[in-house]
Amino acid sequence: MNALDATLTQYIDPYYLRIMILLGINIILALGLNLITGVTGQLSMGHAGFMSIGAYTSAILSMQFGFSYLMALLTGAAVAAFFGFLIGIPTLRLEGDYLAMVTIGFAEIIRVFFLNFEPGGRAVGLSGIPQHTNFITVWLIALIIIALNTRLLKSRMGRAFYAIRENEIAAASTGIDTTRLKILAFTAGSFLGGLGGGLYSHYMYYINPQDFGFMKSIELLNMVILGGMGSIPGTILGSFILTLAPEMLRIVAEYRLLFYGALLVILMIFRPNGILGDVRIYDLKKRWGRKEVKTCQS
Amino acid sequence: MPVLTLEGISQEFGGLRALDGVNMVVEEGEIFGIIGPNGAGKTTLFNIITGIYIPSEGDLIFKEQRINRMATHNIARLGIGRTFQNIRLFNKLSVLDNVRVGSHGISRSGFFKSLLGLPSMLREEKEIKGRAEELLELVGLYDKKMEYADNLAYGEQRRLEIARALALKPSLLLLDEPAAGMNSGEKVELMKLIEQIRQEMKLTILLVEHDMSLVMNICERIAVLDYGRKIAEGPPEEIKNDERVIQSYLGVGA
Repeated sequence: MNALDATLTQYIDPYYLRIMILLGINIILALGLNLITGVTGQLSMGHAGFMSIGAYTSAILSMQFGFSYLMALLTGAAVAAFFGFLIGIPTLRLEGDYLAMVTIGFAEIIRVFFLNFEPGGRAVGLSGIPQHTNFITVWLIALIIIALNTRLLKSRMGRAFYAIRENEIAAASTGIDTTRLKILAFTAGSFLGGLGGGLYSHYMYYINPQDFGFMKSIELLNMVILGGMGSIPGTILGSFILTLAPEMLRIVAEYRLLFYGALLVILMIFRPNGILGDVRIYDLKKRWGRKEVKTCQS
Repeated sequence: MPVLTLEGISQEFGGLRALDGVNMVVEEGEIFGIIGPNGAGKTTLFNIITGIYIPSEGDLIFKEQRINRMATHNIARLGIGRTFQNIRLFNKLSVLDNVRVGSHGISRSGFFKSLLGLPSMLREEKEIKGRAEELLELVGLYDKKMEYADNLAYGEQRRLEIARALALKPSLLLLDEPAAGMNSGEKVELMKLIEQIRQEMKLTILLVEHDMSLVMNICERIAVLDYGRKIAEGPPEEIKNDERVIQSYLGVGA
């Protein structure tokens, strides 16, 4: 544990500090998946695969090749992005369910690869990763990612991503190269997946292939869906709830997963578009400004 | 000068010949109507022109350039805008954003420029927004610019599609049944709008429509399709009195 966190622990319980750090990492991971699935509408169920590529690559680079923390993180993210790009080229011509299956398959291949990967310690996992990640670095990076993401989604490119999700044929007829932009969104999302993985491995000290299994992919997907597809505040809120929920539910011990599932079911019944999926600042202002304004239904 | 030339266009779906050797020349600045019974191949023709289908046979020439086999987005970028018979809006985007997306093909700020928010990108964003708002004024949807597109009434959605297509600054505009689902008042407004944009934006307009009063009123020339074949072509007066057209489509007394 480094000096900064040591100072912080005088004021904050280490347990909460740990949750905050994991929350920051989850936000970065979920924002990457949000770009792919929430914004561009390409259902990816293998985000943990990209996370593991980033985690292993950056860990090995800093342990065995003496890369600095930042360089290791960025290289790990870039390698994940490269794989995202490679997989994107053939698969993004597929739609919906088919893409989901290919991404599941890909993540499984990656997991099995690391199970047999000598430099990554095979099934035993990789331990002794320098613990560079701390509260400050995670949240600094998370804030930068949130800011960049916000700007992207408000730009011409962001609108084009949303347009692809809403109607691909109409999007193409406005001059959007849909295949290219889908690959771009997939690559950028994988980059964030790899970045989150690097932050994770440099925080956990120890990683093993089971950390990045199918359940992790689903957990990340849940964050995006629960918070609201395509919404940045929604994704952050989704990450917040699903990072904290398992911790809060520790009191009910063995019924934890049951409650977790019930929570998801209830939220999907009452907010099928996600908690913040169809909430816009514009509507809120209107509602607060004038009482008689009709509520937006959708 | 011809803007669009179709030379022997045929389209087969499995064993079905949806279009059979269609020839057509659309001249610059005219409003050209395509009519015909359901299933005659009108929308198929639009989908071929915009690159959604690749024609089985024949050539498609836009301003002296062959465009069959070109991808949809590249055809759009050449300046061919379109609307859809079954409305295809970006439902969960605002009305304003729908039109802003429309100008994608004529703007250029890329991924990294957008991330960094460079001055050139911000300038372009301003232009895009300004133009989108002008177009919304034109089609009478400015007051609803922040609504979600799917909250609009049917006729409004059709007009929004036109505004989105115009954001591309097209030289050829394809309208697929623009009056479908509109009441008679809206239809009159629509006719005025079509006439107005043709003149102000120097457009060539190709439209498919079932509403005969609209077609006969605003089209300078009309082609009639039946079972994938062109059975007649000419000015409205001629079409109205054409034996074959009356038999297959207009019906006696039309």
